Amino acid sequence: MTPYPSDAVGVSRVAGRIDSVFLFIVVIALIFFFLTQGTLIWFAWRYRRRKGNEGESTPYITGNRLLETLWVVIPSALVLAIFAYGWIVFRDIRTAPAGAADINVVARQWLYEFRYSDGRSSINEVRVPLGKPVRFVLTSSDVLHGFYLPAFRIKQDIVPGRYTDLWVQPEKAGSFDIYCTQYCGTGHSTMRAKMIVMDAADYRRWVAGERKPDLAPPWMKGKGLVERYGCLGCHGVDGVDRIGPTFKGLYGRKVEMSDGSALIADESYFRESILDPTAKVVKGFDPVMPTYKGTLKEDEIAEIIAWLKTVK
Amino acid sequence: MADGISGASGTGRGYLAETGLRSWAFSLDHKRIGVMYLYTTMFFFLVGGLFAELLRLKLMTPGPGFVSDKTYNVFFTLHGALMIFLFIIPAIPSALGNFFIPMMVGAHDVAFPRLNLAGYWIFLAGIVVVIASLVRPMDTGWTFYTPYSAKSGAAVTLLSFGLFLVGMSSILTGLNFIITIHTQRAPGMTWSRMPLFIWGMYATSVIQVLATPVIGMTFILLAAERLFGVGFFDPAKGGDPLLFQHFFWFYSHPVVYVMILPAMGIISEIIPVFSRKPIFGYKAIAYSSMAIALAGFLVWGHHMFVSGMSSVAAVIFSLLTFSVAVPTGVKVFNWIATLYRGSISFESPMLYALMFIFLFIIGGLTGPFLGSLGTNVQLHDTYFVVAHFHYTMMGGTVMGWLAGLHYWFPKMTGRMLSEKLARRAAVLILIGFNVTFFTMFILGYKGMPRRWAEYPVQYQTMHIIATVGSWVLAAGIIVMVWNFTRSLYRGEAAPGNPWGALTLEWQTASPPPVENFEVIPTVTEWPYSFGRKGAGDA
Amino acid sequence: MHELGGAEAAHTAGGPETARLGIWLFLATEVLLFGGLFTAYTVFRMQDPALFHAGSLKLNRMLGAANTVVLICSSLTVALGLAAIREGKIRMLKVFLGLTLLLGAGFLGIKAIEYSEHFARREFPGTDLFFSLYFVMTALHAFHIAAGLAVFSGLLWLAAKGKFDAGYHTPVEVAGLYWHFVDVVWIYLFPLLYLIG
Repeated sequence: MTPYPSDAVGVSRVAGRIDSVFLFIVVIALIFFFLTQGTLIWFAWRYRRRKGNEGESTPYITGNRLLETLWVVIPSALVLAIFAYGWIVFRDIRTAPAGAADINVVARQWLYEFRYSDGRSSINEVRVPLGKPVRFVLTSSDVLHGFYLPAFRIKQDIVPGRYTDLWVQPEKAGSFDIYCTQYCGTGHSTMRAKMIVMDAADYRRWVAGERKPDLAPPWMKGKGLVERYGCLGCHGVDGVDRIGPTFKGLYGRKVEMSDGSALIADESYFRESILDPTAKVVKGFDPVMPTYKGTLKEDEIAEIIAWLKTVK
Repeated sequence: MADGISGASGTGRGYLAETGLRSWAFSLDHKRIGVMYLYTTMFFFLVGGLFAELLRLKLMTPGPGFVSDKTYNVFFTLHGALMIFLFIIPAIPSALGNFFIPMMVGAHDVAFPRLNLAGYWIFLAGIVVVIASLVRPMDTGWTFYTPYSAKSGAAVTLLSFGLFLVGMSSILTGLNFIITIHTQRAPGMTWSRMPLFIWGMYATSVIQVLATPVIGMTFILLAAERLFGVGFFDPAKGGDPLLFQHFFWFYSHPVVYVMILPAMGIISEIIPVFSRKPIFGYKAIAYSSMAIALAGFLVWGHHMFVSGMSSVAAVIFSLLTFSVAVPTGVKVFNWIATLYRGSISFESPMLYALMFIFLFIIGGLTGPFLGSLGTNVQLHDTYFVVAHFHYTMMGGTVMGWLAGLHYWFPKMTGRMLSEKLARRAAVLILIGFNVTFFTMFILGYKGMPRRWAEYPVQYQTMHIIATVGSWVLAAGIIVMVWNFTRSLYRGEAAPGNPWGALTLEWQTASPPPVENFEVIPTVTEWPYSFGRKGAGDA
Repeated sequence: MHELGGAEAAHTAGGPETARLGIWLFLATEVLLFGGLFTAYTVFRMQDPALFHAGSLKLNRMLGAANTVVLICSSLTVALGLAAIREGKIRMLKVFLGLTLLLGAGFLGIKAIEYSEHFARREFPGTDLFFSLYFVMTALHAFHIAAGLAVFSGLLWLAAKGKFDAGYHTPVEVAGLYWHFVDVVWIYLFPLLYLIG
């Protein structure tokens, strides 16, 4: 019989942590289940109205302060514990380790397109090396989609017009299902992909065989675009600020804004700054950059971002 | 419990005496309006159930089945939308609430009878528009998430308008109930003497009045999006698809309490009556209804943990979500404690009430799996969620509704139900329900996403089990409907107070006279004084 | 109403207290209805303040200000009408209701001029987020004005039939509260849409 995707054990450290939270809640739930259902059935049986004692009067009990306090305090403490445990693990789920390799995913009705950082791309199948963290940077070109890796117990919605992300560090080689979990129309249930985890040697061989010499990687195309659109007139790559801030080492750095807020320069920030430059202006600069909305296509923006990441 | 009560005889046709279409369609009598709501919502319960059976049938095979994927999507959309908007939201408030709130507070009618009738007609108009919109297959899911709903070829604009009208009716009903409870209570009916069903309905009405306008606005914006391309939810125009989800759940989460709180109110009435014991922790139950209603407004974000919302917001919403668990637990503990040392009899209303508690506990205990961030990421949008909300909504609300129908059937119709048929139906429903929906917890844990027409073959066995369970469930519903129909014509005549209950609606004839009470009763005691020196030991 | 009996008396509406409570609750639902739009406004304006700044400059401030004055006057006439009928002056009530109708219609007329200016300049709902919000918000508000005019026409007709006196004028009071609310919404809309620049 075909195994269920979620039966895969030991696929990643995070999946194991999620299973622990699940188990923790199962234990608490089972205790309460037997406690409440047991009392319910026991009372219903024990105090059933028997023939002959219909007229018997019942005790006039309207409450019990101690009991009522206990069953507020104890469940409160337990749900707080569940919340805290869930939160701790959620941080693991959301925080990709530094140095994770990015793979861009563009979802559309009804397929996933994977784009590797070296220019390769594939439909509905993504290959990743064993034991290395991989971050999927997700966006959609039409409606909402989902990105669910049941074996790894994680999922993330894919939203048009913004990037969301999801990371895994597979510890087990094999082929794993990817499901669309956000309803997206007629083909929703057939929108499935595979993540193939290969050990390092296999993966290298595969990469070598796949790479087409004439295909420029996205960052290279991005470099061309940046030159063509004159970005470098204002933004340097040498670490010196000109009209705009320098690109050097910008990706992943903390940036202070003119309104006093601060953020980490990531894909979403780059995208926003290209499309809507005045939304967030870096401290010390004037909001003079023109928008590239309508000029640059989604693909081109992704390529520029790929290049930006290489400017170190 | 009350002085000045008369006419508890049990003969005559009471408010049902007048016949003819006009006597119903233009009646200002809250009881008749309640009955009209009851028939309407029950019709959609059966239609929604039919779609459930159809989609379960499709799911017996993993590949393309007897219908196309597109048709399957229509099935689950209609099952969800009809059940939610035309059955479960109005089922208890508009039908049973309308019939019993004025009777239980000791009034002749609601505060605004004309508004009440207008509410029913708006509801009906909304239904007509909704049905008209279905000429083109509706395939958006009941959640209407943008951008899909803004692009779908279905008649979403028309449907939005229909649901806007349904929502308006819901607002008017809730508004009417709040004012009725404030101003129409009989002399001596203080807030602390109000039956718990009234407390539940009060909390419900507050949610209806404050949350429904937001979904109304959401539907207006969705329609504007389709008609004019206003772009609020369209990223290409600078809009935000997540804004729709925030608006949608700001209504649709509180509204699950519109569904469950009245059912909890019914259970709080039935348990003491059939245990011959005062309700345990009256104040705790009453206040927890209000607490749930208020907390319910703060937790909508837990539907969006993996939507792309910020992690900080997710953490806050998760914490707030758990605050709903405690008052809900309190109610369950109180009901069970009420049984302690009672003298419990198992007529059909009690049977359904106990089924409610049993199933609702399972629904409640599976909530923390979804409220907890760590496990939510795994289980969101899988069958685990489907199972969880069916345990709370069908195992909870529908069982509470059925308990209420069996409890009040004699009062509404003047006839008793057949206990034998009611028991058979209850057994079938209990077995069928658990077989269908417990299986879905496992399916969801194993990774089966919801709203899938086709699925990998390893899930098939469990889908077949769930489908077979749904047949048993359907058989139970059929037996129950047969019982209602048969008893309406051939049931024994009901006495005024067949269960020996102490709330006011039982202290008048079955069916009640047009004016409910010949003389407005004066209330001297709370309605759960069972067990005290023979009081209520009738 | 407790002393009433019989089928007809059983289903009559409550007194002025009940009606007042009812309209306040209804206005609460209205606040939440508009609340959704104000939320959308806040979100989008924070996202793109420049667009809103530029958009507000394209609105006709003179006409917007004129409409603000018209609406405030209409609130005044409603209040004066209520004061009149409290003293039993039915003629004055009719005069003030008529004035309110005129002012309300005037508001809609000015609004229509503004709309046609925008359409002539090819500014539509969907042009950009600012104009989408502008049109949706003002159209919903105008719809409320129109509904108010229908209500006041009904009241004028009832007043003409002599239904109101110093003892009974609850509908006038309730409609007045509604009208003041619609007025207040405009007081928010005007600066938020016209006066950002």
